[in-house]
Amino acid sequence: MFSYTFHWNQALKALPQMLDGALITLQVALLSMVIGLALALALTACRLSGNRVLGGIATTWVEIARNTPALFQIYMAHFGLGNFGIHLSPYTALLVGIAFNNAGYLAENFRGALKAIPDTQTRAGRSLGMTPVQAFRYIVLPQMLRVAFLPATNQMVWAILMTSLGVTVGMNSDLAGVTQELNARSFRTFEFFALAAVIYYVIAKAVTLAARVLASRMFRY
Amino acid sequence: MFNTALTLSDLGFLAQGALMTLAVTAVSVAAGTVLGVIFGVVRNQLGAYWSAPLTFLLDVFRSVPLLIQLVLGNAFQSIAKLGWPPFTTSCVVLSLYTAAYCTEIVRGGIASVPPTTRRAARSLGMTWWQDMRYIVAPLATRVSLPSWIGLTLGVMKDSALVLWLGLIELLRASQVLVTRLQEPLLILMICGAIYFLISFPIARLGGYLEKRWSND
Repeated sequence: MFSYTFHWNQALKALPQMLDGALITLQVALLSMVIGLALALALTACRLSGNRVLGGIATTWVEIARNTPALFQIYMAHFGLGNFGIHLSPYTALLVGIAFNNAGYLAENFRGALKAIPDTQTRAGRSLGMTPVQAFRYIVLPQMLRVAFLPATNQMVWAILMTSLGVTVGMNSDLAGVTQELNARSFRTFEFFALAAVIYYVIAKAVTLAARVLASRMFRY
Repeated sequence: MFNTALTLSDLGFLAQGALMTLAVTAVSVAAGTVLGVIFGVVRNQLGAYWSAPLTFLLDVFRSVPLLIQLVLGNAFQSIAKLGWPPFTTSCVVLSLYTAAYCTEIVRGGIASVPPTTRRAARSLGMTWWQDMRYIVAPLATRVSLPSWIGLTLGVMKDSALVLWLGLIELLRASQVLVTRLQEPLLILMICGAIYFLISFPIARLGGYLEKRWSND
């Protein structure tokens, strides 16, 4: 069945290069997550504000982010913005695309988490003489973060997996990009991409594990 | 922006791309669901210990980027000299990807059926199969359907990645038009609108079912 000779040595020799790529992947994912979290909080605030226009913008953002492919969003950042004379590098386009996507999903996640906290608690806080901001800061927010933490770590894993899409807009420094370049030079597609898959798997598992440890430390009573 | 070189036949080209997206999605979701149900039941029957290898294997499909999976699948089929066209390769990879997520959903659905209910069924003299068919299936479906709809939409969106294997689906079709007409914003907006039109109503239906069926 297999008349093909596997050359794993070539792939293993390129491992240092690929690990450098993995660092870029992590960097993009982390940055997109930080930006996404900030945007998601802003979107949630807009939705809660009661202002029609702000709420409409936030809802539109969330629905577009959740109902179109991530790849489409990256294409939009890379090719679509060109119409306005904004030409983003593959790195920035990827970051913008994923951050946009993250913000949408995280905002929805925050909304679900907020729903899980009964209104009565805010009212109880208010009757104790807290200002609305205090009630939100000391009563709602800590509980909301606890509920939203696990889905947010899932989103982080998603962000890592999504960075691989950068290669379609010409990104060549992240793990998928580096692998694709190596592949273009040697045509050992299976070996290189199998190794990349292993690295992605390890990163994803490490992030999940780290998040679990972090959660057990942060959220114990 | 409104003086566009986009013609009706270009829109037809996009529509063809959309059909390809739907075809890939339909095949993958159908095959993936069947596999997912089988794997889900098997995992449930074997218990955590004996199904560990299966769990690990399916977990790999969820922890490796789909793009890498597609490239690997394509490389594998050429190494094994299977001679599959890109459509088949895409569908096989996407089916396994779907199955990995679907297993999780099915397992959750089965686990949500109270063991007492199942024991009651067995005490009434039902066989394992009857218990599965008449007790577990209806109750588990209620729990699983909203997430299954979410999964279907996720696969529909992720199917955009098959463009890497050269399949002309919706996103690739719009990319071809962009290259020819040099009007990226307009064409991509149409492409996004098509994705949105497919996805949004079904997402709403899923949300509605979730709300309606969860107040027990």
